[in-house]
Amino acid sequence: MTDLTQLTLKAAVDGLKAKAFSSEEITRAFLTNIEAANPVLNAYVEVTADKAIDMARASDARLQAGQGGVLEGAPLGIKDLFCTEGVQTAAGSNMLRGFVPPYESTVTANLWRDGAVMLGKLNMDEFAMGSSNETSAFGPVVNPWKSNSSNAELTPGGSSGGSASAVAADLCLAATASDTGGSIRQPAAFTGTVGIKPTYGRASRYGMVAFASSLDQAGPIARTVEDAALLLTSMCSFDPKDSTSLDIPTPDWSASVGRSVKGLRIGVPSEYVVDGMPDAIQKLWADGMDWLKDAGCEIVPISLPHTKYALPTYYIVAPAEASSNLARYDGMRFGHRAEGTASLTDLYESSRAEGFGNEVKRRLIIGAYVLSAGFYDAYYVRALKVRRRIAEDFDRVWDQVDAILTPSTPSAAFALGDKQIDPLQMYLNDIFTVTANLAGLPGISVPAGVDANGLPLGLQVIGKALDEATVFQVAGALEKAAGAVGRPERWW
Amino acid sequence: MAIDAATVRKVAHLARIKTPDDRLEPLAGELNGILAWIDQLSEVDVEGVEPMTSNVAQVLRLRDDVVTDGGKVADVLANAPRSADGFFVVPKVVE
Repeated sequence: MTDLTQLTLKAAVDGLKAKAFSSEEITRAFLTNIEAANPVLNAYVEVTADKAIDMARASDARLQAGQGGVLEGAPLGIKDLFCTEGVQTAAGSNMLRGFVPPYESTVTANLWRDGAVMLGKLNMDEFAMGSSNETSAFGPVVNPWKSNSSNAELTPGGSSGGSASAVAADLCLAATASDTGGSIRQPAAFTGTVGIKPTYGRASRYGMVAFASSLDQAGPIARTVEDAALLLTSMCSFDPKDSTSLDIPTPDWSASVGRSVKGLRIGVPSEYVVDGMPDAIQKLWADGMDWLKDAGCEIVPISLPHTKYALPTYYIVAPAEASSNLARYDGMRFGHRAEGTASLTDLYESSRAEGFGNEVKRRLIIGAYVLSAGFYDAYYVRALKVRRRIAEDFDRVWDQVDAILTPSTPSAAFALGDKQIDPLQMYLNDIFTVTANLAGLPGISVPAGVDANGLPLGLQVIGKALDEATVFQVAGALEKAAGAVGRPERWW
Repeated sequence: MAIDAATVRKVAHLARIKTPDDRLEPLAGELNGILAWIDQLSEVDVEGVEPMTSNVAQVLRLRDDVVTDGGKVADVLANAPRSADGFFVVPKVVE
């Protein structure tokens, strides 16, 4: 029998419907892979094996009866940012270690409604703050890929590092993830997987542990563009429980994958050429332009003049919102509470000092600083004004182009520990992805090639608000032209 | 507007994060590095630009002011560090 864990999500769902194999069989196959790989890769923080088998058997019963949803019986991994009823949700933090939500996030509820099976909860940077998964209280995740010139363990990227690593290492068919400044697309690029952040408001934020509410958005990490489309369609919905949720229908995006891109105008922003960009990234980008040209697209040079201000804007807006969102962790109603404290203030301060890791504390202090009297206008309000400038840059180019092509990241995956010493170096990883969050636009990363060391690299397609259809269409064309980037060799 | 150790102490207190004295100087250094980098935003002409507080082009939805959920005391208390008799138990806060 073929190895069921190698299937795409689409092939697995089709095979389950055709009763070529059962959900219990494929679920057990993934649990076996997880058992072997997780001690090394650390992608899962909790494996819910019993629950997975129960859900798989229930799916098999529905499939036997000729019923079932669009994801019926498909085993998925869930980023530990999504609250799952009765299953620990810690968001990579000691502050929430042991927290068991009595409710289900809307995104995961949608997946269970469509028949998906949960394998467990996936590791992530603490409260989604990081670009290498090294800030997790549960330890770093290891990238299943290795450079062919070194044996060093590499980061899968962050904050959805567990999701990306699990998908790349065949530890689930696909996974949920979340993206505040690039946390879906950057790890997807580092692991040779596909990751999309939809338009802000498409996916409900209800039951997602909040980091920066005006930027956070859920999305999938999957093996193919079609799989990503399938999963995203299931994840998105209008949700009255999220005031920023858009009351609009969710299209079936898998119908867009494979459609001809002939006649589409693809923008290439001159500002995305950055200093010190490796040749491999330059070449990848040029290849992407050639492939789309060959497929009948017109490549249009465009300018997004405020691009260079996106990261500094992000590093004001995101910490400011985080300092507000994370104020709820006061040790009173849930989360870690310090013992033996002298006063109420001491209790708050000690609980938060003990519960949060260093990167979270650093961002909360920056957030408090930029919101504090005297600096509010100079930093925070100015950043919100620059944010509008960045969004207006995009508004201006949509007359000229249908989508935008850029690299996903400024480099391939780097070694664990490489950039931990310098927060600024780490922040620069999100240089190509963060603009889409600030403007609320959909963006996808597609594996498009490898560098000289054999490590995967991604291309990003950014689309108009609510135009995921074109994003998937272009991503599908890139995927087809790029061919397979290969799979990581099993060294674990 | 360089940050010194005293400023870090004040802001850490505002953020309610206990910060030991020997962390104040290193944190000041890190924050100054980040803020110096952020200072490039002062180059941008933002004259007459409205701050962007949301990227959703819709008016905020309001719902009727009615109870839609509730009666979940056990759920609400389920993750409390301490609780008793349907209440959160907190350390004595009256001095």
